[in-house]
Amino acid sequence: MTNTSLKAFNAMVRRDFTLALRNKSEWANPLFFFILACSLFPLGIGPEPNTLEKIAPGIIWVTALLAAMLSLDGVFRSDFEDGSLEQQILGPHPFTVLVYAKILVHWLITGIPLMLLSPLLGVILHLPADGIILLMISLLLGTPVLSLIGSIGVALTVGIKRGGMLLSLLILPLYIPVLIFGAGAVDVGLGGLDTSGHFLLMAAILVLAITLAPLATAAALKVSV
Amino acid sequence: MWKAIKRLTSFKNFYRFSGKLLPWFGAITLVLFLTGLYWGLVIAPIDYLQKDSYRILYIHVPAAWMSLFVYIVMAASGAIHLVWKTKLSEVIANSCAPIGATFTFLALVTGAIWGQPTWGTWWVWDARLTSELVLLFLYIGYMALHSAIEDRASAARAAAILAIVGLVNIPIIHFSVNWWFTLHQVASISVGKGSSLHPSMYWPLMVMTAAFKFYFATVLMMTARNEILERDQNSNWVREEEKNL
Repeated sequence: MTNTSLKAFNAMVRRDFTLALRNKSEWANPLFFFILACSLFPLGIGPEPNTLEKIAPGIIWVTALLAAMLSLDGVFRSDFEDGSLEQQILGPHPFTVLVYAKILVHWLITGIPLMLLSPLLGVILHLPADGIILLMISLLLGTPVLSLIGSIGVALTVGIKRGGMLLSLLILPLYIPVLIFGAGAVDVGLGGLDTSGHFLLMAAILVLAITLAPLATAAALKVSV
Repeated sequence: MWKAIKRLTSFKNFYRFSGKLLPWFGAITLVLFLTGLYWGLVIAPIDYLQKDSYRILYIHVPAAWMSLFVYIVMAASGAIHLVWKTKLSEVIANSCAPIGATFTFLALVTGAIWGQPTWGTWWVWDARLTSELVLLFLYIGYMALHSAIEDRASAARAAAILAIVGLVNIPIIHFSVNWWFTLHQVASISVGKGSSLHPSMYWPLMVMTAAFKFYFATVLMMTARNEILERDQNSNWVREEEKNL
């Protein structure tokens, strides 16, 4: 990355981060959704602690995945509507670098808070302390993948009116490997087995997503705009 | 060279060329299907453990292979379209999606029917079944995205990007059996190691696989020809074709 690209990256991170922080609903709503959706499950399934403990990693992971996906809609939407996305594509800096910045900001304002909130949900779903730590590690490795892969889907649907349903159709199948390994790591760990395999695979998926997803996102945005 | 390729893959040339091939491909498909089905369902010996129920393998396995193969063809033609903007590859990629989705659906349904007597359940959340289901979702997502974008050119490009992204799923499907081995049996046939299937069961399977390949080529040409006619309906060569009918 050349020096000017790095500057553009930093500027984009600062701009998007400030915009996101000032728009409270953008970062707060996914978190409330996360808590609310998680607390619906005990009401539907019953308050039996043993059952809840067993399904807690899965529930938390699925709702985190949905919260990340629903919040993704805003990543390119406002820039697309006011035309600044077009200017960013036309600008002198590599567009992929700017896309990296946008994805990073999305992860900072949703992925990290989701991870930090997960212990609370783990407690109300009777997940033991060991499980909560494993859950946080798996979310730390998994949520950036959710932002990265999800950004491809958002980029493809940004030009479509009411693309929300379509977005879930495109993204959710691609989220499945992360979900399997993420929730699986907690299950395996609670069963007393070695979790390093799961975490290494998640790290591998993360590296793959960091390398390839922004390229696809940038290409998709160039088609959509 | 480039001009020659452009000329050969023009809608008009493809339409005329595929028109000549189509009867042959149809006939070969029919012969292969009849041979393969008779060989597999009647002549091939009965399985010691699974009795006659294993015979659904002659549909299930080729369908599952084709579900992957068609996806690769779709993503590859999508990639070719993205890079060289050739019209024919766009049509091919779009025609692949419904055919591939059908193969995937067929593989899932025959798998469920086979699973009932063999494993005692219609469905298990095993890696390979799940991946096949994901593949079906990918096909559905491809078609949904393509139909949601009104502008034809950007619809094709967006769908091509999605297909390439989904291609990451293909190796996961392929290696899933080795990664999370659960209920599904390990692949009996693999490149390099040869086949653990007895020749009397192996050869009818190969005939059925060839039948599925030719069926795919035939249906792909028919679908592509339809779309070509629809796109070029106002051009002179289509009117000429009409007169010849």
